[in-house]
Amino acid sequence: MSFLILFVSVLIVFAIGLLLGLIIASASHFLAVRKEARIEQIGEILPGANCGACGYAGCAAYAEAIILEGAPANKCTSLTAEGLAKIAEITGQETAAAGEPEKAFIACHALPFASEALSFEYNGLADCTSRALFYKGAKKCKYGCLGGGSCMDVCPVRAIYREKSGRVVIDRKKCISCRKCLSVCPMNIIQMIPESADYAVACSHPGKGVQTKQDCGVGCLGCSLCTKKSPDGGFFMDGFLAKIDYNKKGSRNEAVEKCPSHCIVSLK
Amino acid sequence: MNLIVIFFSFVLVNNFILSKFMGLCPFIGVSQNRESAVGMGFAVIFVMSISSLLTWAVYHAILAPLGIEFLKTIVFILVIASLVQLVELVIRKLSPALYKALGIYLPLITTNCAVLGIAIISVDENFGPLESFVAGMSGGIGFLMVLVIMSFLRQKLLLEKVPAPFRGVPIAFITAGAMALAFMAFNSSMISNLFPGV
Repeated sequence: MSFLILFVSVLIVFAIGLLLGLIIASASHFLAVRKEARIEQIGEILPGANCGACGYAGCAAYAEAIILEGAPANKCTSLTAEGLAKIAEITGQETAAAGEPEKAFIACHALPFASEALSFEYNGLADCTSRALFYKGAKKCKYGCLGGGSCMDVCPVRAIYREKSGRVVIDRKKCISCRKCLSVCPMNIIQMIPESADYAVACSHPGKGVQTKQDCGVGCLGCSLCTKKSPDGGFFMDGFLAKIDYNKKGSRNEAVEKCPSHCIVSLK
Repeated sequence: MNLIVIFFSFVLVNNFILSKFMGLCPFIGVSQNRESAVGMGFAVIFVMSISSLLTWAVYHAILAPLGIEFLKTIVFILVIASLVQLVELVIRKLSPALYKALGIYLPLITTNCAVLGIAIISVDENFGPLESFVAGMSGGIGFLMVLVIMSFLRQKLLLEKVPAPFRGVPIAFITAGAMALAFMAFNSSMISNLFPGV
């Protein structure tokens, strides 16, 4: 008797499952809504990371908007010129200029947990927002990377990783320019730098050299040596912080070598 | 059983969220703004009404005659999940406007335990088809009501100075707890006072 019940139960559940499966399969066949094939084609070209940099709910929503609403194809920050051309081919629109792609860069290369650079010991929640809420972080420098890794958590392509030393670094080859890390960083030290850039100033401390030196020791001292050593390199001083104008393409090697705090780092 | 009693019982007295603590995931998830709360609420009303009717039919036509009532949970899950899929397909074909309004919320309800809860409660209480339907609908209405109230409260909460660790979901749960306490005032004696003789 119990065997019969077992048999009946298996049979019934199997039959119901099969029946429902068949109904849904046939329904999806007969009730299929023809999506435009072009939407799917564009969806395949888009990166599929759903980062939201274009302002739409995700790559699928953006592909739909390109076809149905005529949205411009250059809103996706991670599309290459090649991808843009492919989309233009599908939509028949003029190729919108892609512009030089920009990649994220953390403008601080100090070790986040070096004990000599800390003003107190922090034992709270690990993410950067919590760290920053408490006296703008435990570091003496109030313009540096706190090392909590909040940017690592939001990066849709996991381009941000932690080196063995504890420093958080962005892999610019993987970066798709979605700018999510820029908005999550409580210290606002992540910048967008053109993809072709060879060097970048890895410091955001605006204070005078003495202050910067006291705070961390590897930051920009504001000595303006770089502007003198590589006059064509596009170096300029913003207060006591060196910055690079990437429109100038001159050599920057001399300045990099002579920088007393070695805070002009290679991006290649 | 009177339909009015069933209605008030599931909307107020045995409210799914506040007294049975079912469907808490969509309750916390979509009560942040009123528009999505209303969308979710109507989708739940819709799915609960038809699924309680269908599960009644499945139970009384298949499970009860064969004496395998113990399978009701697994069979109901199967039936409800496929029903939601099917309804989604039909709506997408027939009414793109309705699909846009309910679309995102329909697949989310597939696994909403309130939908399974109403089906099992209806069966346990020996409801007839009409009673099951009304129970499902009123359960959904109660769900919608609490969701909308909560969305107002959460909009107010955003402006309050909440201590940092309590911001967001924790304070929402505390508020929901306080609301559940307030809903304890709706009990069976209130219904028998309102509808004497039922």
